Amino acid sequence: MNALPLDLQLLNALSALLLLISFAMLSQRRIVSLINLLAVQGALLFFATVLLAARTGAGHLYLSAALTLTLKVIFLPWLLHRLIRRLDVYWDTESLLNPTGTMLVGVLVVVFSFGLAQPVSALASTATRSAIGIAVAVVLIAFLTLITRRKAISQVVGFLSMENGLFFGAMSATYGMPMIVEFGVALDVLVAVLVLGVFFFQIREQFDSLDLEHLESLKEEP
Amino acid sequence: MPGIVMLTVLLATPLAGALVLGVLGGRRWAPGLNVGFSLLTFVAACALTARIIAHGDVVLVGEQFFIDAFNVFLVTLTAFVGFTTALFSRPYMRVEAGRGRVSPAQLRLYHSMYQLFMATMLIALTTNNMGLMWVAMEAATLSTVLLVTLYRTPASLEAGWKYFILCGVGIAQALFGTILLYFAAEKLLGAEGVGALLWTHLNLVKGQLEPAVLSLAFVFLLVGYGTKVGLAPLHNWLPDAHAEGPTPISAVLSGLLLNVAMYAVVRCKVLVEGSLQSSLPGRMLMGFGLLSVVLAAFFLWRQRDIKRLFAYSSIEHMGIITFAFGMGGAVANFAALLHMTVHSLTKSAIFFAVGHAAQKAGSQLIEQIRGLITLSPTVGWGLMMGSLAILGMPPFGVFASEFLILTTAMKQQPWATPILLLALGVAFAAIFSRVQPMVFGETAARRLPHPPALIPVFAHLALVLMLGIFIPPYLADWYRAAAALIGGQ
Repeated sequence: MNALPLDLQLLNALSALLLLISFAMLSQRRIVSLINLLAVQGALLFFATVLLAARTGAGHLYLSAALTLTLKVIFLPWLLHRLIRRLDVYWDTESLLNPTGTMLVGVLVVVFSFGLAQPVSALASTATRSAIGIAVAVVLIAFLTLITRRKAISQVVGFLSMENGLFFGAMSATYGMPMIVEFGVALDVLVAVLVLGVFFFQIREQFDSLDLEHLESLKEEP
Repeated sequence: MPGIVMLTVLLATPLAGALVLGVLGGRRWAPGLNVGFSLLTFVAACALTARIIAHGDVVLVGEQFFIDAFNVFLVTLTAFVGFTTALFSRPYMRVEAGRGRVSPAQLRLYHSMYQLFMATMLIALTTNNMGLMWVAMEAATLSTVLLVTLYRTPASLEAGWKYFILCGVGIAQALFGTILLYFAAEKLLGAEGVGALLWTHLNLVKGQLEPAVLSLAFVFLLVGYGTKVGLAPLHNWLPDAHAEGPTPISAVLSGLLLNVAMYAVVRCKVLVEGSLQSSLPGRMLMGFGLLSVVLAAFFLWRQRDIKRLFAYSSIEHMGIITFAFGMGGAVANFAALLHMTVHSLTKSAIFFAVGHAAQKAGSQLIEQIRGLITLSPTVGWGLMMGSLAILGMPPFGVFASEFLILTTAMKQQPWATPILLLALGVAFAAIFSRVQPMVFGETAARRLPHPPALIPVFAHLALVLMLGIFIPPYLADWYRAAAALIGGQ
């Protein structure tokens, strides 16, 4: 039996951890912990990118790792921390409806993701092709997180986690997108968070809360 | 003048406009400056178009930009409607400012974001890189989120949030689709990714792209960009965002952004169809298109807000266009392109008229806008004629394109014709029965301190009328070239 090289084993371990973090986010009720989990997810992504860069010797992967480190591990979590402190929701928790059920759906999502990614993995020539399924699972679980939350900040964290999953998918399927696209995507994510920061203050000013229950008046009358 | 200069002027003008207006946008003369930047963009677009007509397709800036018959006509249309909307926005926003609904700081944001929004749309249209197209589409959402929430009312905040989350999540699907596309292309075009996301390169090798991956990619791309087109069942953000933002923004969202998203879908469809050698992408487009048409037609009956009414009408028309592109072939593509043009012109003209009408009545509710014809005959007639045009009455251009689409459907997809006809009939009754009392009837509305800008309304309607009676030969050639490019069938 031939064992995988060490760096590939590490990469697989990192992708497994990434999925674990996604589940942790799905069930995390405290907002500040949710943001910390997002930072951890970013850090895992950073390590995975560095490992992959070392393995393939591709210069653009180092660049993209640096981008991940500055944006997803340092800047965005810092910004979100600052935001929730300014908005005074630092210690807030939210009630999750039926966490057990959500987790079970999450498990099904993972099975579905591997099925979905199977044709892609079969064709991929990258060393990390087995992780494509995990990337899809991270995206879909982030989506699940997003739709089960009622607080604006948690939804944004879900959105960012989704972007992490997509990034991981691009990395494991093709060793990353062309650099110009990655910069563009990073810029969009950054602007999105800044815009949302402004937006939170507007919501807060109007409703004295960041619960999205207040935002349910625009519906079609039956 | 070389193409690169025109392209630079075209893209740099709105970007510079965003910067300048970000500083000076709150001044009294800022709306005029906004018009000036838009006019310059429009002139650059015309120059570029003239060049493409004379010399054919061009690839610029290390192949990152690509302009052909298909996108250049959308560039001109976008720049033109951008310019006329800026004209309309001048008196409109002055009235809003005079009523204290927006502060000078908010006006600064508004003007700056307006130009930025134009820039993102023009980049999305002209770029050759499918990844950059995604980036520009997402940026288009981001630049308009704060415009939808400009009035800071509870409803507008809700609309903005919905717009951001739905379009953000939707467009994330498109990013995944783009990754898959890159994945399939990279095998053929090299790992360094030089050409692997460039549409022109992809188009050359589309027959060899892996069909299994491409069909998966198309599902994600269609869902992603389809959300921005406003296709049912992913249309929820659209009526809210259109109704709660300032009316000039409703006009550009409806008249331009939906077209740009549609353009992205069609570009993807060309690649996927070439790879699959089957009609699957076309059938998916037809399905989503028909669903949107039918759903929107019935939702039209429930609307009490005039801007929501016409937002649903946009969903209906985007459905018709999607259906026509789905059928494919020279005639259907031609009709779809014509419909994109006339819908864009007519719908923005309607929003201009609606904006003035709602300002006069002090409300967007249909039951509170009455008797426009006695108070301001021009606004009244503008709204009436715009509504008749959008409902497909001859001799307006919408009639010509809908007629072409319906007759092609009868030949190629006879099963769909009764559904389309039914939906068009329902939509006709719904819109006409609401607009009629708004225009004729008793009134209690007031006069406005700034005279409404009616030239854009009638200029658009005149163009739509002209397109219904006579399509200039060069324009027809241009549509034909674009239709041939899109292919299908």
